[in-house]
Amino acid sequence: MKYKSYGKIPTRKGFGEGLVELGEQNPNIVVLGGDITSSVLTSFFRDKFPDRFFSIGIAEQNATTIAVGLALSGKIPFFSSYSAFSAFRNADQLRISVAYNNANVKIGGGHSGVTVGPDGATHQSLEEVAFLRTLPNMTLIVPADYNETKKATIASGNMFGPTFIRFGRSAGESFTTPESEFIIGKANQLTDGNDVAIFACGTLVWEALLAAEELEKQKGIKARVINLHTIKPIDYEAIVNAAKECGAIVTAEEHQIHGGMGSAVAEVVVKNYPVPMEFIGIQDRFGLSGEPEELMQYFNLNHQTIFASALRAIERRDKGFDKIRKVIDFNK
Amino acid sequence: MSFNISFPDTTFENKQRSIEEFFEISLELRRDIIKSLFLAKSGHSGGSLGTADIFAVLFFGGFLNYDPKNWKNPNRDRFILSVGHIAPILYATLARAGFFHPSELATLRKLGSRLQGHPGLDANLPGIETSSGSLGQGVSIAVGMALSQKYLDKTDNFTFTMTGDGELEEGSVWEAAMAASNYKLSNFCWIVDNNDCQIDGRVTDVMNIYPLQEKFEAFGFDVVTIDGHNYSEIISAFTKFKNNSKNSEKPTCIIAKTYMGRGISFMEDKYSWHGVPPNEEQAIKALEELDKLDAELKKSNKLN
Ligand SMILES: Cc1ncc(C[n+]2csc(CCOP(=O)(O)OP(=O)(O)O)c2C)c(N)n1
Ligand SMILES: [Mg+2]
Repeated sequence: MKYKSYGKIPTRKGFGEGLVELGEQNPNIVVLGGDITSSVLTSFFRDKFPDRFFSIGIAEQNATTIAVGLALSGKIPFFSSYSAFSAFRNADQLRISVAYNNANVKIGGGHSGVTVGPDGATHQSLEEVAFLRTLPNMTLIVPADYNETKKATIASGNMFGPTFIRFGRSAGESFTTPESEFIIGKANQLTDGNDVAIFACGTLVWEALLAAEELEKQKGIKARVINLHTIKPIDYEAIVNAAKECGAIVTAEEHQIHGGMGSAVAEVVVKNYPVPMEFIGIQDRFGLSGEPEELMQYFNLNHQTIFASALRAIERRDKGFDKIRKVIDFNK
Repeated sequence: MSFNISFPDTTFENKQRSIEEFFEISLELRRDIIKSLFLAKSGHSGGSLGTADIFAVLFFGGFLNYDPKNWKNPNRDRFILSVGHIAPILYATLARAGFFHPSELATLRKLGSRLQGHPGLDANLPGIETSSGSLGQGVSIAVGMALSQKYLDKTDNFTFTMTGDGELEEGSVWEAAMAASNYKLSNFCWIVDNNDCQIDGRVTDVMNIYPLQEKFEAFGFDVVTIDGHNYSEIISAFTKFKNNSKNSEKPTCIIAKTYMGRGISFMEDKYSWHGVPPNEEQAIKALEELDKLDAELKKSNKLN
């Protein structure tokens, strides 16, 4: 395979380090703490720039709107908590005060998805992509690994407008390099192929690469793996080209299938060039306690599922929708 | 070195007790916390240990009306753990009260367990009244239950809730406080675990919540501030609540001054123990310390 893992590094480390780099470049960068600074690693910034760090306590609604006040005073505030609390507890604030104001507020959603592990369902946010991508003015990024999270953090600080970056707690495979290109809104095609397209984001990108390798080895199928790190604004061109050139699409994400990245891709596909699609994600249920690796397997968020779904998407393309099943059950 | 962990199947009745008996129960609860968290390899030691004395009195001193054999009895009192991350103390308490077999404590936080990292109603563990873990929500759920008891079901039952002190930084907590006194919920008892610790440090340093007594009084509560490790003070606080509920229209708030990690020398009053479990060496040491306290208690001959 063209890509190799440089080891397991938590994406949140990229967020923490990205903030420090931003802080060095721009004195307007300000960080707000929500009592879990050493979990989401805003502690790096706090220790380096104590004068530009404000502890707000366990008060996500207040922190979000205080950030708006800072943004409307010309600052570039970052607030981060667990995604479960920095996307939902403050949902109204995000909608009205952040997005409607088009305030230059940056939110980090750490500890997202089932890879939070034993904390269980309450802390495993699996719905925020669905909510955030419906907010006008919002930019939504789900980086794939440590380096990409760092780049996304820096890029978001250098652009104007509300931005949400979703990242995780556990150490995932790190495979992008400090040099590889990252542009907000531009999908990264990782492998070439015209047999099937696999769109993935976050923890599932590495799994998609593993699946593509197996598809080629076992079946001679060349899969086009696309890292769709920016979910909003979405890369229309990459999606339409994939639909036209591959004719079959699989999406994979550590998120509910309803309303997530897969749904965003489907909106583009259906409008422009309908082709069969398979959706990998959490199937309309809440998470549960367990070890991160264990849960990824339990919920079928792995390369084996991507492999099988790719074969099914290809079969549906080649035999036609009706020949396979009369009604395609979205959930099965 | 490896050591065997087992959970004896001791259960305790809910009745009037001596100080020494409460102490003995609290030692058993603390052992359960250490053992289950060690096996889970993650979870919140500090707040669980720090509130064990309050749980011992509330559940085993005749203050909370419940029946483990028929736990959904509509005429039960309710206990809502708003500060959901200290689930290990609630699980230990429920096990020792007979809601489920103590051996199940070994499954804490594991795949398929009914003992979720934070209480989950969907896991169907007897005694769990609501899911909690997003701070600030349980206390409002408790207000809803007290409202139902007092005005709709018209029962004589009580609702107890426990919040953390960091949790009080969530604004909705004060909406709950306002509603509880607005609706004269004299059947409502709010315990604050005031250990002055949260994840990032001292509560005072993260976001100052003080003065607490005056705040709750201004919100219309009868407030008692107690030493949350002093059984006599805990007993008289709950007794006062029961009396108030007959004579006053105010809800009660018990501000319990506690130490995070209480009972284990190397954890006591250290916020770094908020969300970590003991490793093997620490677990052995902790259990030894608890055994020593137990031996001293037995030697004192005050237990019957
Ligand atoms: C709404 C919400 N925000 C953030 C968190 C993350 N969190 C879990 S425990 C905790 C600290 C709680 O402090 P305190 O209530 O004092 O409990 P203690 O540390 O004393 O056990 C935080 C911030 C959460 N569970 N819910
Ligand atoms: Mg506390």
